[in-house]
Amino acid sequence: MNLSEISDLFTWGTATAYTIAMIAFAIDLSQVTDAMVQRKTVRAQAPVLAVGDPERYGASSDTAVSEVVERRRGSKALGIAMSVTTIGFLLHAAAFTTRWVAAGRVPWANMYEFWLSGTFVAVGLFLVLQLKRDVRFLGIIVTFLSAVFLVVGLNSFHVIADDVQPALQNYWLVIHVGVAVLATGVFTVSFATSVLQLLRDSRDNGSTLLRGEGTVVRGKNVAAWRIMSWRFLDGIPTPSALEALSFRLNAVGFVLWTFTIIGGAIWAEDAWGRAWGWDPKEVWSFIIWVVYAAYLHARTTRGWSGRRAAYFVIVGYACVLFNFTGVNLLFNGKHSYSGI
Amino acid sequence: MTDDTSGTTARGSYRPEGIADEFSGSADTGTSTGPTAPQLGVVGMLRFAWRQLTSMRVALFLLMLLAVAAVPGSVFPQNRQDPGAVAQYMIDNPTLGEWLNRLGFFDVYASVWFSAIYILLFASLVGCILPRTKAHLRALRTAPPRTPRRFARFPARGRYLAPADLVTPEDVSTAAVKHLRRRYLGLPAFRVVTSTEKSGALTVSAERGYLRETGNLVFHISLLGILISFGAGQMLEYRGQAIVVEGRGFANSVVDYDTFESGALFDENSLVPFSMTLDSFHSQFRITDAKAQDFTAFVTVRETDGASREEQIKVNHPLSQSGAKIYLQGNGFAPSVTVRDAAGEVAFAGAVPFLPQDDVYTSQGVIKVPDVSTGEQVGLVGYLLPTAEVTDDGARSIFPDPINPMLVLTVFHGDLGLDDGIPQNVYRLDTDDMTQSLEDDGTAVTLLVGQGDTVDLPDGLGTIEFDALPRFVALDLRHDPTLLWLLVSSLGALLGVSVSLFTPRRRVWVRATQDEAPDPDGSGRTVRRTVVEVAGLARGDDTGLQGEVDALLRALPAIPEELTRPDDDTADDDTADDASGGTADGASAPDSPSTPDSSTGKADR
Repeated sequence: MNLSEISDLFTWGTATAYTIAMIAFAIDLSQVTDAMVQRKTVRAQAPVLAVGDPERYGASSDTAVSEVVERRRGSKALGIAMSVTTIGFLLHAAAFTTRWVAAGRVPWANMYEFWLSGTFVAVGLFLVLQLKRDVRFLGIIVTFLSAVFLVVGLNSFHVIADDVQPALQNYWLVIHVGVAVLATGVFTVSFATSVLQLLRDSRDNGSTLLRGEGTVVRGKNVAAWRIMSWRFLDGIPTPSALEALSFRLNAVGFVLWTFTIIGGAIWAEDAWGRAWGWDPKEVWSFIIWVVYAAYLHARTTRGWSGRRAAYFVIVGYACVLFNFTGVNLLFNGKHSYSGI
Repeated sequence: MTDDTSGTTARGSYRPEGIADEFSGSADTGTSTGPTAPQLGVVGMLRFAWRQLTSMRVALFLLMLLAVAAVPGSVFPQNRQDPGAVAQYMIDNPTLGEWLNRLGFFDVYASVWFSAIYILLFASLVGCILPRTKAHLRALRTAPPRTPRRFARFPARGRYLAPADLVTPEDVSTAAVKHLRRRYLGLPAFRVVTSTEKSGALTVSAERGYLRETGNLVFHISLLGILISFGAGQMLEYRGQAIVVEGRGFANSVVDYDTFESGALFDENSLVPFSMTLDSFHSQFRITDAKAQDFTAFVTVRETDGASREEQIKVNHPLSQSGAKIYLQGNGFAPSVTVRDAAGEVAFAGAVPFLPQDDVYTSQGVIKVPDVSTGEQVGLVGYLLPTAEVTDDGARSIFPDPINPMLVLTVFHGDLGLDDGIPQNVYRLDTDDMTQSLEDDGTAVTLLVGQGDTVDLPDGLGTIEFDALPRFVALDLRHDPTLLWLLVSSLGALLGVSVSLFTPRRRVWVRATQDEAPDPDGSGRTVRRTVVEVAGLARGDDTGLQGEVDALLRALPAIPEELTRPDDDTADDDTADDASGGTADGASAPDSPSTPDSSTGKADR
């Protein structure tokens, strides 16, 4: 068994850990919500504390008490989910490192490796964010996406660790593709945030489907659509808090993506003799950039902020995914040397 | 559709003092004046159109349109990238192809509709950045807004009391100014103004983050720079391709290139004269699976003054020469052959490039022999196999290095059609007026010529000798004088957008005043107190705003520890810590009516 195969075993282990974590996150969300909702109700009845009694010496500031959603006490399932995610991430790091050594170059030179490293960034970012604030509600989507990408990558796009051809032997492979991987990881987490923002917002605004009451088709309530209670949505931050988080991530992602395109243009100028040539990959990178630029504008346009802006994140992420799957598989262009 | 995300009331309708200026958004003004304008005649209509164009809403629409319009260019083959694929598409789908062609779908990025979108977008951009640059220049010279009367509705606040005999408003003001003017990288963090209100209260108002708008403007101006550089590049550039065999060279002049393209404003005299010789070409393939490892062309460059130097050109490492770059775009074999005609005279001698078709360099080529002293002209068509493996099924190449090179040729004789004066493709044989040499059983005669062999041509046409196997390289020379500008604009855009997205724009105010209140110890006496209030306002979401206010609070003179009343459990430090802890938990506190919601007008373009 060589190092490349050992790396693949680690990747399988990672995918397994993320799947277990995802199930644990799901169990947590289904379990804890009832208790939480009750606690919230109790809180809502209690009078709001007076802010900093002005007749006493001392300081006060208001924002601390305006936090309505209480920091969640983790359930057992949530604890397991976070631990297994961390274990998965360590396995992921091992898979990543062994792949690096086996290939003798950075492990992001073909489609399988791109997904391996992209999900590594996404889960890593999730865990880093968790150090600063409670973002465990993102766990279910992040682990789900990562597990899916890893398994699909292993099954459909796997190639053995190997050297790259002369066209890729350049330090720009490290920079250009590396930053693209980082951006993809960041966009993955922001996508998860925006999805939750939209779901929570719909529930708050009385979507019958997301209130667990089925949906209304031609005036009739179709109970068959009552898949789940969706109560867990009450336990995540408010749509505007999620929007703010998503924006911060997207801002980072947008800057990284801008750099990806500029770095790509510089490399293309050296390798292909033109900075920009509307190669399919370039076209889609451009589309992604424009969609996220539109998102940044939408946020600040009256009538487009909030919900509508979040749709741009969804569309943008769909384009990101297409750029790393569809464009490689469907179109023939100058970026098509990765042998998938 | 409603975009009311959190259900708070009166969003956008309430503007605390200090918010109502460029913090609240000038880019939205176009939308509010929209539908009423068109009764104003031609000028009014134009102004209406301009306002619409420069409104954020239209810019957003154009951006979405641009993204959608770019898609077909990746779906359909494009003339600029792959004209062959376009021709094939037209053959496969004659009717649809004709329409797509008319509508510009094979030249999306030069089509009328795509150009229209980006030109409108950039017009909108100019219409937006001009007034904003003006406004920003004004803002840069304007003092921070005066301290609002009431702080109640600001998103971040703090307040404390101190005994007047220990902490005076002057102390507070001085400490606040000192803290706010602390320097980052040589620049003061805040621009600060102090004043005294009629009531005697001292106030400090401060603003930071002017770079945010500066970055924003730099970003958009840089985008304009990218567009202009790119357009100018298309006009000024030139590009030539040459196929050069080992030992041969070319000079930098239009006639020496196999193909030469240039922009509309290109001047032929701008070609810097120099010449180059390909000394040798080196390739390296992995023995196990024939994967390419390295390609290097060793060349000698000669300047006009006679000076010469040796250089290498690699894939990814073009050679810079006289402001132009020379790229190694391809390589292959150019078998050197000598063809003798029926009379034994040398009819052709030279190296003929064969174009590689696959990873093992199965290369296709044509040898045309027009100058025969007797008999018909000869054309040889076939393959070069660098490492030939001959079996009963035929010959094939199994490795890209020339270990056992072999030419596999079929023979035509007749009229090559070169004398008509019509340019011909050197890699294709026009067999209209030629006859193929056949075996007795009717199959084509196939010659296998190993390196060093001399083989008789069929039908008494003469002989062919395969002397040597030099390499050739396909070189691509390109000169674009605008590349530096493109790079500068791109980096400007990157820097601008980073500064704009990550620089917080904040205002903070401090008010320190004195009042009298009954002593909380219940003795009935009155005490004189210093009341300090701090408020903060940010543009957009800013999770660090409360932290900024807390830091300011901590920098202000508070009550000395020992004088804190024993029953007072809200000592300064504790509360400040709680506050920052609270903001760190959630991105903001959206359910609080005092929090700025994300949809009140902001002009963060």
